[in-house]
Amino acid sequence: MAYSEKVIDHYENPRNVGSFGKDVEGVATGMVGAPACGDVMKLQIRVNKQGIIEDAKFKTYGCGSAIASSSLVTEWVKGKSVAEAAGIKNTQIAAELALPPVKIHCSILAEDAIKAALADYQKKFGGGEVSGAARVDPAQKAAD
Amino acid sequence: MTTTRKNPIYLDNSATTAVDPRVAQKMIPWLTEHFGNPASRSHPFGWEAEEAVENARAEVAKLVNADPKEIVWTSGATESDNLAIKGAANFYKTKGKHLITTKTEHKAVLDTMRELERQGFEVTYMDVEPDGLLDLDKFKAALRPDTILVSIMHVNNEIGVIQPIAEIGEITRAKGIIFHVDAAQSTGKAPIDLASLKVDLMSFSAHKTYGPKGIGALYVRRKPRVRLEAQMHGGGHEKGFRSGTLATHQIVGMGEAFRIAREEMAAENERIRMLRDRLLAGLKDMEEIYVNGDLEQRVPHNLNVSFNFVEGESLIMGMKELAVSSGSACTSASLEPSYVLRALGRNDELAHSSIRFTLGRFTTEADIDFAVKLIKERIGKLREMSPLWEMYKDGIDLNTVQWAAH
Repeated sequence: MAYSEKVIDHYENPRNVGSFGKDVEGVATGMVGAPACGDVMKLQIRVNKQGIIEDAKFKTYGCGSAIASSSLVTEWVKGKSVAEAAGIKNTQIAAELALPPVKIHCSILAEDAIKAALADYQKKFGGGEVSGAARVDPAQKAAD
Repeated sequence: MTTTRKNPIYLDNSATTAVDPRVAQKMIPWLTEHFGNPASRSHPFGWEAEEAVENARAEVAKLVNADPKEIVWTSGATESDNLAIKGAANFYKTKGKHLITTKTEHKAVLDTMRELERQGFEVTYMDVEPDGLLDLDKFKAALRPDTILVSIMHVNNEIGVIQPIAEIGEITRAKGIIFHVDAAQSTGKAPIDLASLKVDLMSFSAHKTYGPKGIGALYVRRKPRVRLEAQMHGGGHEKGFRSGTLATHQIVGMGEAFRIAREEMAAENERIRMLRDRLLAGLKDMEEIYVNGDLEQRVPHNLNVSFNFVEGESLIMGMKELAVSSGSACTSASLEPSYVLRALGRNDELAHSSIRFTLGRFTTEADIDFAVKLIKERIGKLREMSPLWEMYKDGIDLNTVQWAAH
């Protein structure tokens, strides 16, 4: 299978691989997928008091496209507010990495990983504003 | 330092082999100078082509200790499987409609069986044991009074295990059931003696044994005689079993490839066994690796290993310096793990994490040493990236985790 240059770059030089220590504050974790399906993604975000994602880390069991998708989203969520991060769509990930149709599920899984991490953030740190803000279209938000 | 290399090392000899240069050389004149149609009876162009075809037929027969008259040329093992299974099932359908095969057969057999089911036959797809081998008692129990045909492969393409075809043949012959064996993966790797084996039909391929692609053969036993309904109709070539102008150059190539196999297989298999053992020894001390399939009842060319907690496709991508196959059919876009490994009872994770290494005539010791070093390095890197490895290291039993299926 031919991979796009971006997939190969993320696969060979994955960004932000790892896990946060158990005592690091403001960390939320999303784990999605199943080994039986051939891919599992773990995405961790470290969020500050202002609701800004300061750092992100991932670990992924899966094909090159799954690894690239999760590596990419760690770059994308960094510096974003939790509300902005909730607006990242699988179609953006798929377009950025030029994923072929059979690999679209990798981008969907990456979007699910963000959602799962944000849900964990909400559960751990409350903040009703996330659920409300999560519905805000990022394009709209950028416009105001 | 990262292990790198310009050209990948070819460890996928069960997919296909390089044509041996001696074979290629022998084929060429039959394309250019000696281009005659072997069926032309009226001039020397035809006569010499016919002689070359018959010499090659004798070589193929000799490798498997058969009579040359029992060898029918086909386009490859897929066609041989189709001709044998459909041909015999349709010829003997008045005797019964039950067929038996195993779940680990090649798709050329499984899909042919599916087609026969659509035509009204009943097929039993037998499970294999965790070592990949067919249990003979279970096989005997699966036989029915209306069973007319059994098709079991000799050597499995994914895990290299050798099925007990001698024992199966004794059982089928005693009951008058036709026995077909797909031997695409075994010529030149495991000895075949059709004078003693009670096999009625056997499929061969040239390109797995250093011959060209596009040519194969079907062995059709004469004593006791096996009848087939032809699947390809036309000029009545090959005693009516398979019409179509014979591809002299391909046939010459297959004959030469099988001659070399017969003469060199004993020494070659010993060399390949040493290389395989070297590969296995190099990987043995790694954590959480599993060899798939029995190691004893197996051709020396094959090593199929699951590297737990690493997904097969990313593994292949990570080992681009090695040309290997993954049991994770992700590579063929279906996202299903290998049906062969699933049939062995391997769980999905291990089935997804498997790599098939198949060694061949042109594999060297340096190739193996490079592969071992590279595999260890890349598996280590991928495991560092794997959340499953992390959980395993934290002592979490992955079977107790509730996964969100997607």
